[in-house]
Amino acid sequence: MRINSERPAGTGVILVTFLLAALLEVVPLNDTLNWVRPEWMLLVLLYWVLSLPHRIGVLWGFMVGLYQDVLVGTTLGQWALAYALGAYFMLAAYKRMRVFPLLQQSAVVFLLVGSAQLLAYLIQESVGRTLYPPYTILYSAAASAVIWRPMCGLLRGVQLRFLVR
Amino acid sequence: MSSANPTYRLLIALVLAVVLIGLDQRSRWVDPLRYVLGYITAPVQYLAHLPVDAGNSFMRLTETRTRLMESRERLERQVLILEQKVQRLAVLQAENTRLRELLNSSANLDASVLVAEIIGVDPDPNRQELVINKGARDEVTQGQAVLDSEGLIGQVVETGPLSARVLLITDASHAMSVQVNRNGVRAILAGTGQGSRLRLLYVPDTADIREGDLLVSTGLGKLYPRGYPVARVVSVNHQSGASFSDIEAQPTAHLDRVSHVLLVQSMEPVSAPDMNADGGAEASATEGADADQ
Repeated sequence: MRINSERPAGTGVILVTFLLAALLEVVPLNDTLNWVRPEWMLLVLLYWVLSLPHRIGVLWGFMVGLYQDVLVGTTLGQWALAYALGAYFMLAAYKRMRVFPLLQQSAVVFLLVGSAQLLAYLIQESVGRTLYPPYTILYSAAASAVIWRPMCGLLRGVQLRFLVR
Repeated sequence: MSSANPTYRLLIALVLAVVLIGLDQRSRWVDPLRYVLGYITAPVQYLAHLPVDAGNSFMRLTETRTRLMESRERLERQVLILEQKVQRLAVLQAENTRLRELLNSSANLDASVLVAEIIGVDPDPNRQELVINKGARDEVTQGQAVLDSEGLIGQVVETGPLSARVLLITDASHAMSVQVNRNGVRAILAGTGQGSRLRLLYVPDTADIREGDLLVSTGLGKLYPRGYPVARVVSVNHQSGASFSDIEAQPTAHLDRVSHVLLVQSMEPVSAPDMNADGGAEASATEGADADQ
């Protein structure tokens, strides 16, 4: 797919996908759906790391996380830390990830999203802004794992359509 | 492939993130960074609110004539009633000021008001926060009190350039000083994290607080202006053996239904009432109760 052209293209498209993910992060939902809101930003980040590991990596994760911090009003650096780590692990595993079957991919996403959220939860806990027990983050990690494949398909379409590389 | 080793980048990112977290928790040094990023996060918040906005304006366009007439009539009636109340209020206020002058106390209810629209709620169920469409550019400042037509909602905890975050009184990390409107008993009102439940903390079993009592802000702590309704007591449980009674209250403001809020800035720093010269909240609360009986 990446036909020997090393010149990166389509940064704008990548940014737009992140902004759309940000939109999905804050769009108001009712109380029940709110529990299973997938971590859209992290999912999009993981997709781009998986598909363009030579371009999108840890520093992108850090920046996107910083943006997420301001967007949802958490301690500055909380999501930046979690996303940077998420991007790092995806970077370490992208070759295997590409040949994994669907279920295994979802499991990896579940683990990555879950641990990123756990990290964020710990930091939030340290400022006393948690109320529900930590297992509640599993709902949204599970939702992220379920939505991973359809979202990949969608982003893949976007990537091919706008020639992002 | 990438030139630098991702592990080094990770280390840089980790160090940066940890420093940021530490600074943000302990100081205000990273607020400028947050402020600048606010320029690109606020548009997303506005955009997320757009469907609601569009729905509202569509409803407005398609409203029937009779409905409009009805609501106009209702509003006119309401205006009349409110005007009549304001007339009485002017007299009462003048009288109140005179009496306060006699007492050498300078507590003041006057405040400047700014109207803002709620454009977002915090997606995290652990936190009860709102995003409003006014920010530092509209002279919203940190610590401003936020209320709706029925009572207090919360306070501004973070101001971006185009938006601000409001911490609700129902947030689990929020507590404020209130007093019972009926008799002046003072207590601490804390959020529970649930939408419409508040708790009164450390109220002695003997305190005179009943179901249906209106709790108003005291202005102690100098964050909230004095004298705004906050909550209504819904249940009082005296537990034998426990030193404090278990009192629940419900916010008077419609926290889950409001779309517009008022931001209040006290014109001058509220001076603490003179009666709290010594003693903690509980002590003075019992004093108040005694005085009332």
